[in-house]
Amino acid sequence: MMKNKFTMHVDMDAFLPATEEEKKYMVQMRPSSTFFKDGVKRLVKNRVALVSFIIIVLVTVASIVIPFFWPYSYETMLGNTPGKPVDSSYNNLPPFTYGKTEQARIEAGENIFPHVFGTDAAGRDYFIRVVYGTRISLAVGFFASIIVLIIGMTLGSIAGYFGGKVDMILMRIVDIIYSLPDMLMVILLAAVMKLVLAPVIEGTILAKIGSNIISLFIVFGVLYWVSMSRLIRGQILSLREQEYVLASQAAGAKGGWIIRKHLLPNCISVVIISTALQIPNAIFTESFLSFLGLGVNAPMPSLGSLTSDALNGLISYPYRMVIPALVISLIVLSLNLFGDGLRDAFDPKLRG
Amino acid sequence: MNSKTLFYIIKRIGLAILTVWVVITITFFVMHAIPGGPFVGEKAISASAQAALESKYGLDKPLMEQYGTYLKDIITRFDFGPSLKQRGRMVTDIIADGMKTSVKLGVISAFSALIVGVVLGSVAALRRNKLIDKIIMVFTTAFVSMPSFIIGSLMLALFSVKLQWLPANGTTSAGLILPIITLSLYPMAYITRLTRSSMLDVLGQDYIRTAKAKGVSAGKIIFGHALKNSLIPVITYFGPMLAYIVTGSLVVEQIYAVPGIGRAFVSSITNRDYPMVMGTTIVLAALIVVMNLISDILYKVVDPRINLE
Repeated sequence: MMKNKFTMHVDMDAFLPATEEEKKYMVQMRPSSTFFKDGVKRLVKNRVALVSFIIIVLVTVASIVIPFFWPYSYETMLGNTPGKPVDSSYNNLPPFTYGKTEQARIEAGENIFPHVFGTDAAGRDYFIRVVYGTRISLAVGFFASIIVLIIGMTLGSIAGYFGGKVDMILMRIVDIIYSLPDMLMVILLAAVMKLVLAPVIEGTILAKIGSNIISLFIVFGVLYWVSMSRLIRGQILSLREQEYVLASQAAGAKGGWIIRKHLLPNCISVVIISTALQIPNAIFTESFLSFLGLGVNAPMPSLGSLTSDALNGLISYPYRMVIPALVISLIVLSLNLFGDGLRDAFDPKLRG
Repeated sequence: MNSKTLFYIIKRIGLAILTVWVVITITFFVMHAIPGGPFVGEKAISASAQAALESKYGLDKPLMEQYGTYLKDIITRFDFGPSLKQRGRMVTDIIADGMKTSVKLGVISAFSALIVGVVLGSVAALRRNKLIDKIIMVFTTAFVSMPSFIIGSLMLALFSVKLQWLPANGTTSAGLILPIITLSLYPMAYITRLTRSSMLDVLGQDYIRTAKAKGVSAGKIIFGHALKNSLIPVITYFGPMLAYIVTGSLVVEQIYAVPGIGRAFVSSITNRDYPMVMGTTIVLAALIVVMNLISDILYKVVDPRINLE
């Protein structure tokens, strides 16, 4: 068509409407995928992680929803009615059996909600105690991780961003806290903190949560931010040196753009993953402390305190120990497997 | 050993000493922050009796002076003062007493975890993706996710209550079998996984291929090259393993009623026996810090290529 390449004549063909065939080539074969979508896709393909996620969601939803319609509460001792002597027939009921007054009401044709796991030594419905304990354990794990995340991220990014003296001082503190035997310090702080806190929060809304749980949060905040801040500082330091940052700089990008477009998105996956892996850790620590009697305040149950309480009646009522023990193992295992799945899906570089 | 390694070791020892000092300081001031002091909450005692008790234990002096005395006593005489609840006994003696049982428990657990872990890990690596590997991995994954008090409680329920094979009371030698198994399961599972992955890594190295090409026998390759090199990462786990065993012994000794340091520690917390809590925390913490130090230095000395910074 165009014989002379150097002609000034406009090639009119280039301005013809596109044919159907040409249009076909322009159609996007598949929508462009974002980093997040890619990760989710990989995550869904991972059967183990998916099943773990479903288990976590089911357990969480159950622990939130069940107490709303369950007819018993975790602290009501069923044998105690005001003004009457304690009815001991409600204590230590085996699963699906009833106390004396309930028996009478059943015979009168009433429908009584069964005690699925029986009752404990004080006549409290055991099923709802396990559900509540799960709720407490999950909540403690979740909020403790959030606290660790906030403190660790702030201090870590400060150290990584400012560098110099600030970085050096912060990192020396991190070094020392890191080399402290964490469990011993947790036990010590938790034991003391609840005594110190109890009079301080007396009468406030915090007293409802219990001095033990609050001291647990404080202990977590004080001790466990170090690994998170180390991680984030390291991330920011190494990301700053990456070639794509250099390329971006060479292309004329400003600092703010680089931080928003390159540093933060690349940090965020590591942050989410380590937060996810922190949750089972926190649950584990809480249950450990509860087992030693340093966790939640009675009568509030947690999975750890339920297991430890059940040890006394182990010979007659082994299921009371086995049930919370299995629930806690299930939660910790699923959270760990899900966290591993998250890591594989969102940070393929870390995959071993 | 070059000067860089030496510098690292000196620095590491300095950090360890600093850490122990921080532990002592935190423990001291945290315990003294408890409102009311150690004699409140017991039977009501008169003001003069309380004052007499406080002057006897030196609690009426200024806090910094008490701290100085406490630090000096620990460094010069390894003395943590008298126990408040076990009258007439020194904390150091109680700790030494409890340590006898606990050290036995801990050392046997650590060694069984190490031996079984390395063997299982090597087997899993050498039979990669075979049935035996999968079985080992499933079990170790489960054990790694189970808190020690759960394993302990479940084993107690199964072996001494249900089957009645082993005694539930840890005061006799036979009674130590269950506590040892409980304590060693987690580190065993961890070492198995560690050995497996590092063995797989080593088996893929060029020098293994060279050895094979030279016609070295399989046994010599495994024991002479692969195992030796794949054990290096396991050394780093010594410190954390001891930390786990120490904290694990707190619950395990509680569950099986083993008369060791862990049980003494937990009961001193519930009894509010402050000097005992402080002394035990410091001794156990120092133990963990020293073990971490040894395992770090060993790691560096065994493989100088490793850069720990």
